[in-house]
Amino acid sequence: MFGFSRPQSIAFLAMVALIAVCPYVLYPVFLMRVLCFALFACAFNLMIGYVGLLSFGQAAFFGMGSYVSAWTIKFWHVDAVVAILLGGATGAVLGLFLGYLAIRRSGIYFAMITLALAQMVYFFCVEAPFTGGEDGIQQVPRGHLFGVINLNNDMAMYWVVAAVFIAGFLLIHRIIHSPFGQVLKAIRENEPRATSLGYRTDDYKLIAFILSCMLSGVAGGTKAIVFGIATLTDVHYSTSGEVVLTTLLGGLGTVFGPVVGAVVVTSMENYLAQFGSWVTVTQGAIFVLCVLAFRRGIVGEIGAALRLGL
Amino acid sequence: MIMIFGIPGPLLFGQLLLGLINGAFYAMLSLGLAIIFGMLNIINFAHGALFMMGAFAAWMLLEYAGIGYFPALILAPLIIGAFGILLERTLISRMYKLDHLYGLLLTFGLSLVIEGLFRNYYGSSGLPYQIPKVLQGATNLGFMYLPNYRAWVVAAALVVCFSTWAILEKTSLGAKLRAATENAPLVQAFGVDVPRVITLTFGGGVALAAFAGVLAAPIYSVNPDMGDNFINTVFAVVVIGGMGSILGAILTGFGLGVIEGLTKVFYPQASATVVFLVMVIVLLTMPHGLFGKRA
Amino acid sequence: MLEVKGLNAWYGESHILHGIDFEVREGEVVTLLGRNGAGKTTTLKSIMGLVPRREGSIKFRGAELVRLMPHHIARHGIAFCPEERGIFGSLSVTENLLLPPVVAPGGLGIDEIYTLFPNLKERARTAHGTRLSGGEQQMLAIARILRTGAKLLLLDEPTEGLAPVIVQQIGRTIREIKARGFTVLLVEQNFRFAQTVADRHYVVEHGRVIDMIPNHRREASMDKLHEYLGV
Repeated sequence: MFGFSRPQSIAFLAMVALIAVCPYVLYPVFLMRVLCFALFACAFNLMIGYVGLLSFGQAAFFGMGSYVSAWTIKFWHVDAVVAILLGGATGAVLGLFLGYLAIRRSGIYFAMITLALAQMVYFFCVEAPFTGGEDGIQQVPRGHLFGVINLNNDMAMYWVVAAVFIAGFLLIHRIIHSPFGQVLKAIRENEPRATSLGYRTDDYKLIAFILSCMLSGVAGGTKAIVFGIATLTDVHYSTSGEVVLTTLLGGLGTVFGPVVGAVVVTSMENYLAQFGSWVTVTQGAIFVLCVLAFRRGIVGEIGAALRLGL
Repeated sequence: MIMIFGIPGPLLFGQLLLGLINGAFYAMLSLGLAIIFGMLNIINFAHGALFMMGAFAAWMLLEYAGIGYFPALILAPLIIGAFGILLERTLISRMYKLDHLYGLLLTFGLSLVIEGLFRNYYGSSGLPYQIPKVLQGATNLGFMYLPNYRAWVVAAALVVCFSTWAILEKTSLGAKLRAATENAPLVQAFGVDVPRVITLTFGGGVALAAFAGVLAAPIYSVNPDMGDNFINTVFAVVVIGGMGSILGAILTGFGLGVIEGLTKVFYPQASATVVFLVMVIVLLTMPHGLFGKRA
Repeated sequence: MLEVKGLNAWYGESHILHGIDFEVREGEVVTLLGRNGAGKTTTLKSIMGLVPRREGSIKFRGAELVRLMPHHIARHGIAFCPEERGIFGSLSVTENLLLPPVVAPGGLGIDEIYTLFPNLKERARTAHGTRLSGGEQQMLAIARILRTGAKLLLLDEPTEGLAPVIVQQIGRTIREIKARGFTVLLVEQNFRFAQTVADRHYVVEHGRVIDMIPNHRREASMDKLHEYLGV
């Protein structure tokens, strides 16, 4: 089904079941936060796990998606779905421009260039009037979906977010298991070979990047609508670092790693928020520990122990 | 009053000086990064945090031990350099056998830990550090007033940068370092203790960052965020200069500082982003950077 | 001087050397002959400590080297001249020449080196090591290890890819070095050249030493050699 292997299908169904059940047990707002970041992490994972490129500037796309969705829903009164799609489009267009600049390099250079470009976007957002600067765009209304469903009801909003997440998750999966995805895999494993076979590898990588940025924008836009606010934090490099941490902890290149990572990181931040800067220290410590001793991440380790590809 | 392009002379020169100062910091920090990258093939994300630690070391030396600025210029780099060596021996050296990206992630994590700890302990408001008496005040040059301390910063940075360049390019120690960058196993087979050379190089790069931190302490108040503020622009500088050359890092750093300073005069809104705009142009025209080696 | 017993070596999962045994006496020139992939270069690299996983015994003047790091092995008095020559492009010719540190007394002085290698003296000012021709690079690679005071020199295919005139020059150089008391362990595929300089030949095949042929008895062994080397 959808190109999932047997164990993956089981895991997928389990995940959907959990998504359906959890809001009755846990706070929907917390879960929505998890889902937004899970989608963001999945989008990031597409680049690092399947194309092999570490983008250290994903906050630019997440944050711009957040700003655009917030702005259009607040000032143009568009439907939430439209706002989210516009957020995704913003991510894609920005991804096209920034990706074009970065894609010719790889490895560390790509990471640094994406970081620097994202920093540029951040500084732009600090100055640009439409972002509201330090205050951000506040009191973003959720509105009524399709003019009918009142999204101010947390449960209603939750199902929308859940739908967005699952759609994004499946889209990524389809991409990976399509012929396009096969070429990406070939590029990751032996780029010179792929080039010699006639593939314009930079184009493929760029398209993957644009898709990743689009979904990051979708995640950002959804988050802005759920929480009613878009701020500079969304474009700050700490958000870029956070999504890297989430995916690393969950498991780079695994299907469910980013989701698990998002659950853990969001819960941890929730708990530690009361302790101020300890969040940063903990994040850093987890980074260090993961890189030293836990590079496969939670899902990667489980997968290795069970000998399954998850 | 002299007017240049419609800007009053003193204002222009004042901003140029500020630009040179920023450029001095960009140069010192990107030099340290370039050295570390050349030897270890790791982007030291913790460089900004170590710069900050250098400033804090100067402050702590004064606060707790009564040790003043000039001794701190030597002690702080030694202390923080030693800390850097400890980091390299215990953590960073484990990254050499892995994909280079893991080194980046490790140092990024370290920067979060260091900055988080300092923020917890000292808060985000700055701690004051006085300009040493002998460097206070300003000199009247006729076309502008030159603040003595700031002139000292630029001069000290130039001396340190070009001394480093001279050591690397003109001495036999530098030859060993350059050779080790090219083919470390062979240099080791000749009898050079390459692992120790690598450790000392990292320590040296860190010491350079800490030295810059001490220089920065009187100008920017000593606070945990000071590394952050610089390091992201420094990465752009490094991308522009290309990772290949020491001289490139120095020239690019100073040059971009000056460009930034000039932009503040003529077009202030763009001053924060101008460095990145230059980076975009360079990426479009010379993807390997101005001084980078063609891969 | 050098005693290798039961040397096994791996590159990752690949088991390259399956128990190499041979010895080199002081003042000798000994060659390791064999086809491509036999393990000759791996043997030299193992002696030098450049192969990550090795087991067995490598005794140099009584000292056991097999567990040591390359820079310690060099300090015992062994020097290495790799197959690719290893001339550093970012260093000048003079810097390349002076790079290897002196590990023991008794190395050649700069003047002696320039006497032996007059071409290098001419090219000494060249800014980049890699601007030299292949033959000049080979001379430089040999010259720089003569300065260090190392007594055992490991040379990996010094004549590879070089014109016959240069090959002869290298042969003369090796005989000259030998006359000055150096010991040389040479890896070669070119038997024609090897017989002009060596005292003894070991034949290596599939990671083992399968034969030893003294140079003065090579005529009698020509058939065997042709078979071993596939010439």
